[in-house]
Amino acid sequence: MSTTAKTALVGFDEALTRYDPVMGLEVHVELNTATKMFCGCATAFGAEPNTQVCPVCLGLPGALPVVNAKAVESAIRIGLALNCEIAEWCRFARKNYFYPDMPKNFQTSQYDEPIAFEGYVDIDVPADDGSVETFRIEIERAHMEEDTGKSLHVGGATGRIHGADHSLLDYNRAGIPLIEIVTKTIEVPGHRAPAVARAYVNHLRDLMVALDVSDARMDQGSLRADVNLSLKPSGSETLGTRSETKNVNSFRSVERAVRYEIGRHAGILDVGQKVLQETRHFHEADGSTSAGREKSDADDYRYFPEPDLAPVAPSRAWVDELRGTLPEPPAERRKRLQAAWDFAELDMRDIVGAGALDLVDATVRAGSSPTAAKKWWLGELARRSNEQGVDLAALPVTPEQVAGVQALIDSGRINDKLARSVLDGVLAGEGTPDEVVASRGLELVSDDGALGDAVDRAIEANPDVAQKIRDGKVQAAGALIGSVMKEMKGQADAARVRELIIEKLA
Amino acid sequence: MSSAISREDVAHLASLARISLSEDELDRLGAELPAILDHVAAVQGVVESAGDDVEPMSHPVPISNVFREDVVRPGLTPEAALEGAPASEEQRFLVPQILGEE
Repeated sequence: MSTTAKTALVGFDEALTRYDPVMGLEVHVELNTATKMFCGCATAFGAEPNTQVCPVCLGLPGALPVVNAKAVESAIRIGLALNCEIAEWCRFARKNYFYPDMPKNFQTSQYDEPIAFEGYVDIDVPADDGSVETFRIEIERAHMEEDTGKSLHVGGATGRIHGADHSLLDYNRAGIPLIEIVTKTIEVPGHRAPAVARAYVNHLRDLMVALDVSDARMDQGSLRADVNLSLKPSGSETLGTRSETKNVNSFRSVERAVRYEIGRHAGILDVGQKVLQETRHFHEADGSTSAGREKSDADDYRYFPEPDLAPVAPSRAWVDELRGTLPEPPAERRKRLQAAWDFAELDMRDIVGAGALDLVDATVRAGSSPTAAKKWWLGELARRSNEQGVDLAALPVTPEQVAGVQALIDSGRINDKLARSVLDGVLAGEGTPDEVVASRGLELVSDDGALGDAVDRAIEANPDVAQKIRDGKVQAAGALIGSVMKEMKGQADAARVRELIIEKLA
Repeated sequence: MSSAISREDVAHLASLARISLSEDELDRLGAELPAILDHVAAVQGVVESAGDDVEPMSHPVPISNVFREDVVRPGLTPEAALEGAPASEEQRFLVPQILGEE
């Protein structure tokens, strides 16, 4: 526990005048396998407590673990996607500690023999001026381990451990396969550090989704980031003591945690105190961190090779086969689509930021123009997903249906306003865009007979406007078009109405 | 014969094991633990008699890649899982207050 007196926070910019940050990021990815790492228990998120447990993951005497082949496959694919080398032979290790989140009193992990090591990823980091800079993040290792159970602290004022009378444990999550991805130290210009950290975690998320190895949802804890940070005096090569901010649960929080810790460390170092090597908890509400436990030495975990599991020795043939299954890297895909769609960098950033890249891509492949596809997903549909508080992808409308709505507009059968009603129908489960147009009677009227009658009535009702047009003020036609539209409940073909008005009055 | 283990080391081990030891116990274990270490140290003699070319093994048989398919198998019901627990609440294992963590 920290005994250091509280020191003042130093502003981010000021801190960077005296110190350079050194970061390290540890990201835990929960795999989307059907079963746990070492037993056949299901891994469904949100199940009733202790309904997905067995003697293996409860650590009952005599139970023996067996490795999930799919989890090893995912670990290798992740390693390859991170440009890592894949171990020819590696073992699991026991990480011993006494804490009720692991009923076995150890976590099965990997220690000095990770399945993947020595890799890198190149990440694009946007700057305030709209430019994009690429940074290479070196990967130290990616190893296999298992998740822990979930604790519920009872009796404390805020549900935290402090002051709790007792704790309640649900072991559904205990044993779910995790891949821990550890970077080497990251040293970038200080003012870029928060954005680089965020972009890296964001990049990993995209990569995991593209590999289809994880839901990679920070809000559900299937992707979790720990931010290690230390400061060294500007120009010095002496590394400082690092803090480890655990379980930062959104991309924005990663950025904020880095900023906060830079200011906090600077405040401690400025008055000549020592930064404690400890874990820190991040607080979403105000972006601050608070002291957790003092970090144990690796020795304290008394790692040793797991005697109950055989080593993993992936054949080179298997590794090569898995290499062939890697998807196009997200950054390359983004560049390819940007060129194909002829979009500006900002357009792409909006699309990616909204989580709409796959949706826009699929809509374009279903026949829509890129501009129209972007307009629907980032406009009308984004608005509705916000209103309903669901992800864009979770809206009950497919890219094919969106392309179908746009095709109806392009062919002149509906206009933009009617298109919104068509979308309403599709979202309400009334069928395809064509079916909704038919069942709701939304087709534009472009038949000259019906339109001509309506135009005649509009002229009769607005003699002043009609006179202006006869006098050559063609722009006044708008008022008559409006009148016709009103009468026909928005379903008149505006272009044809305009032509008819000019024909009749000019 | 190893010398006694310091009180600090015994206290540190106790905190890792989450057990509380009295002053007397710290002294007694500091004297007793070396005997256990000596006993285990006999294994190190194997390296001398076997030579450096014998790799230490973590597993009795030289096998690798023992995998299972990613197929769900029935586990325990919550009732069965909690049956052996000293206490439970809300279908969860109840454990005493956790100390030393924030």
